[in-house]
Amino acid sequence: MTMVLHTNNVSRRFGGVEALRSVSLDVASGEKVALLGHNGAGKTTLFRIILGFLRTHSGSVSINGQPPGSRLARRDVSYLPESVAFPKMLTGREIVSFYAKLKSADAAQVGSALEKVDLAGAADRPCGGYSKGMRQRLGLAQAIVGSPKLMLLDEPTSGLDPISRQRFYTLIGDIADKGTAVLLSSHGLSELELKTDRVAILRKGELVANGSLAELQRSANLPIRIRVRSNSDDVESVHRRFGGERVNGESVEFDCARPDKMDRLSAISQLGPAVSDVDISSPSLDEVYRYFSREDAEGGNEA
Amino acid sequence: MSAILAIAQTEIRIGIRNRWVLLASIILLVFALLLALLGSAPSGATKADGLSVVVASLSTLSVYLVPLIALLLSFDAIAGEIDRGTLQLTLATPVSRGQVLFGKFCGHVIVLSLAVVLGYGVAGALVFVVAQNTGVDGIVDLVRVIGTSMALGATFIAIGYVASVSVRQTGTAAALAVAIWLFAVVLYDLALLVGLLASSDGVFAKVLFPYLLLLNPADAFRVFNMAAIDAAGVSTGLAAGGNALPFLPQLAIISPFVWMAIALGLSTAILRRVQP
Repeated sequence: MTMVLHTNNVSRRFGGVEALRSVSLDVASGEKVALLGHNGAGKTTLFRIILGFLRTHSGSVSINGQPPGSRLARRDVSYLPESVAFPKMLTGREIVSFYAKLKSADAAQVGSALEKVDLAGAADRPCGGYSKGMRQRLGLAQAIVGSPKLMLLDEPTSGLDPISRQRFYTLIGDIADKGTAVLLSSHGLSELELKTDRVAILRKGELVANGSLAELQRSANLPIRIRVRSNSDDVESVHRRFGGERVNGESVEFDCARPDKMDRLSAISQLGPAVSDVDISSPSLDEVYRYFSREDAEGGNEA
Repeated sequence: MSAILAIAQTEIRIGIRNRWVLLASIILLVFALLLALLGSAPSGATKADGLSVVVASLSTLSVYLVPLIALLLSFDAIAGEIDRGTLQLTLATPVSRGQVLFGKFCGHVIVLSLAVVLGYGVAGALVFVVAQNTGVDGIVDLVRVIGTSMALGATFIAIGYVASVSVRQTGTAAALAVAIWLFAVVLYDLALLVGLLASSDGVFAKVLFPYLLLLNPADAFRVFNMAAIDAAGVSTGLAAGGNALPFLPQLAIISPFVWMAIALGLSTAILRRVQP
């Protein structure tokens, strides 16, 4: 795998505030990486450094071996800012072809980019009349032209309805399959819908997690919640056996550490007719995210 | 080169679609016709070319209106794009910051020129048909005032960019643009008049005053046009004493171009340091 984006120990201060502290993050060709964090965690700062708009105070960044902001680096990068308002009087086609010209891209790419984002039908209408989802797709069309090696998308799905969001990720998946490295930022894990290869989490400028979703879930080591449905006669003995809380008079709910999961399940099945049903819920994506991004986190043994 | 063309083309498109060109042309046309009406009464039946008489008042009109239109066109150029997030997109592409500014400049100058040609052109054509004694001289004067108005406009477009790259908010840039206009075309002249009254035959009037006129691109524009029309004997106003100048009045037109170059250079230098 070739690394398209390479950042090594990047730090950046604004006045006395450390916006980024020793961030090292690589993105390979064809890889989709999500960058998560609260507002002000440093996501946009990192993007602006990769684009060459801001300098680092220490550490190094390279895009295909080129320094950020250099002509060659900008040729390989495309960007979709969090909020962008295109001139309302211009049509979608005019806007995409404008950016295609700035990137010296082939004019034929304009039509195909608009088709890819499902805007071919609206391409010749002024974009002032577009819906939020259409505007976001227009932004993506603009980012696709020029066959970028690295796409930086700043909260591309915020404010989109679930269906538009899903289409957005399908589209990004197609682009990545063709070899483009994609780094996108988002507010929360649940928005990603498991559509990225890797998740990196920034907290107050520090990279606190960087791995696949399964790896994050494992390292967060959040307990699994098990709910056992019993009957009114046996519920008392089940509660004594497993602890936890009684729910609805017939059920018992308790937490269980991940390594103990199979032991617990076999213990439950040995109870025979005293148990009528079992529900197992793994920690949700939001819980995993909250674990890594919580403000007071230091070591990480609290559940 | 294609990037500069694309940026210029987009600015022209926006200028035409949001009716900027139309509105500015109408404003110039209405004021020009008003001056033509008012001006025809006192001039009466002179030997001067009827169109030249109107053109003399047009050059005074240009001093006020053209810089205002130019500044209104340009104050938003960079600050507005930062506000709307489009500057980040543009600067993420391989285009250089100098190209961005120059492309916008070309586009805005064409937008303003369209308005001047339309507004003054229509007004001039009407006067040419209606007024007496019109001939080639008047047409030459009209073409000169249209051409120099474009140059004056281009200068203030460039000056507007300096305001636009110096601040991040459109509102602040707008306030700066209005302040620049007020200073350049109103307060500066007032200060000169006060100076003249205070020392009507001192060093100020004899030595400094002509150069101070030259220093302000709007005044230099007026000196140039009045001197050119003076041949027809119809010039009036502040710059009427053209023959008292210590330099050839034709050279005055260099001033707007020098300011244009300075302002473009300065705004490009500032834009290079902007963090979008």
